[in-house]
Amino acid sequence: MSLDRRSFLAAGGAALAGILSGACDSEGPKATRGLIAFASRKTQDVEGALFRHTSMDRIDPGQPLAGSALPGYYVSPSVPVWDAAARGAWKLEVAGAVRNPLRLDLDDLRGLPSVTHRVNHYCVEGWTAVVEWTGVRMSLLAKLADPASDAKFVDFQSFDSDYHESWDLASALHPQTLVAYGYHGAPLTPVHGAPARLHSPIKLGYKSVKYLTRIVFLPHQNGGYWTDRGYEWFAGT
Amino acid sequence: MTAQPEEMESRVAPAPPPRAEPVTGPRHHWVVRLTHWVNVVALTLMVASGLRIFNAYPAFAPRGGTFCCYPFVGHAIPAWLTFGGWLAGARHWHFAMMWVLVANGLLYLGFVFLHGEWRELAPRRGDPRDVWEMVRFYLFVRKDHPRQGKHNALQKYAYMALPILAVAAVITGIAIWKPVQLGWLTRLLGGYVWARYWHFLAMLGLVALTLGHIFMVFSVDPYSIPAMITGRYRADRSPERRNGRPFYHLLPGSERTAAERQAETSAGESRPTGHREPVLPEPARAERTTREPAPAAHEPSADVHEPSAGVHEPPDRGEATQ
Repeated sequence: MSLDRRSFLAAGGAALAGILSGACDSEGPKATRGLIAFASRKTQDVEGALFRHTSMDRIDPGQPLAGSALPGYYVSPSVPVWDAAARGAWKLEVAGAVRNPLRLDLDDLRGLPSVTHRVNHYCVEGWTAVVEWTGVRMSLLAKLADPASDAKFVDFQSFDSDYHESWDLASALHPQTLVAYGYHGAPLTPVHGAPARLHSPIKLGYKSVKYLTRIVFLPHQNGGYWTDRGYEWFAGT
Repeated sequence: MTAQPEEMESRVAPAPPPRAEPVTGPRHHWVVRLTHWVNVVALTLMVASGLRIFNAYPAFAPRGGTFCCYPFVGHAIPAWLTFGGWLAGARHWHFAMMWVLVANGLLYLGFVFLHGEWRELAPRRGDPRDVWEMVRFYLFVRKDHPRQGKHNALQKYAYMALPILAVAAVITGIAIWKPVQLGWLTRLLGGYVWARYWHFLAMLGLVALTLGHIFMVFSVDPYSIPAMITGRYRADRSPERRNGRPFYHLLPGSERTAAERQAETSAGESRPTGHREPVLPEPARAERTTREPAPAAHEPSADVHEPSAGVHEPPDRGEATQ
């Protein structure tokens, strides 16, 4: 069989592509996978070391509030709405490695000392939004629940399918980390995570779990919806 | 004539190509060569993964806000220019390569500073003028290659700008990586949106300079590629010896042509080997003409574009006494 130059090039190209696609995918050579994972762990160690409880997010003066321009992401096929008829009244549970587990309904939550603040929302995609939340500081809920000494992580769980994200305790207790029930002066709407959601400017958006149901203190890290799919776990800003 | 700065003579004056140089010589220290090629990998992956990250939101305006200065909102970067596959993959690569880029950059800058190579890159007073001469040469306005040291003036500017832009890219990158924990830095850069924009512009600058560098290496001085691998450089094939412009006098042997041209143009002249006529500032020129009158035999050659005015048009002698 004779090969002219064109078919030689075509065959060679196909063979090369075959070799490359075996050792490589869109995320790069498979041999580098372990190295990248190692680098990612080290980067997150640096993020943890950089974290300061006293570092506060500040909004740039003159930036307009995002309002309805804040996209409403959820992983369920349609906007998750709490179905009280089927599942009973909505309650927020604070549980796990705590000495005083809590079960709070929306009125209980609203009865606690509240905070209204304007902060940035930092999306992993690269956009930001100036948002105003009303809610209870996560640190207050932790104080009420009294975490055990081995509680080092907090898992925030939702009724948006199996969406959850776990946090390091220090970030969860940051004063700008809220369990929010109001957005821009009005009660949360389903698209933004009603009845209550987590929000903090100190983590990327996907760590701020909407449609909250349970806050579980844990001695170990528990991944998360996006974390398990390959996004960074720490994801601090 | 004792205090003539040497650099002046070597930089400014258009003069015959130097002769009797060693054929090969060490050009780049191994640290420079190593950091150069590590940087090729790190910067390529940083840019490509960064473009993939950018594609997740190819715009700069905050949600519900506006941004003045980006005309291509919503246009994604072509996928073949990106790396990482998806947003999370690209982010992992970007943050991994960040450490490589920074460590490599610190090694390079530390070496250049401690080992003295910075002297070949540091800006000097005559640089803008030398840049202008190089531009004139490349545009065929000037016939002969300006004299240069290790780098020509355009190269010097490029190799000086690259580390500056890289440092800017790293700093703006840190500012959008940690807009809260290092919020002072982000605010210094005008806030997150602007810091992200500066990061993008720093990347564009790095890409533009790198593409220019690659083009010039292949079209003007491909002999510098082995020099960046083995460290050895054939000085007799330098662009200055070949009178090389992009795609002109590219092949080995061109330097002979240039030498022949030199021989032709200097035929019949009494110019001694290595004779150069710097363009001197007025007082020095006056002093010179006073002390050693210009040899009358000196005719400007066709190739020498800027014959020393001091020689051919001696200023009034009265000037020298001032």
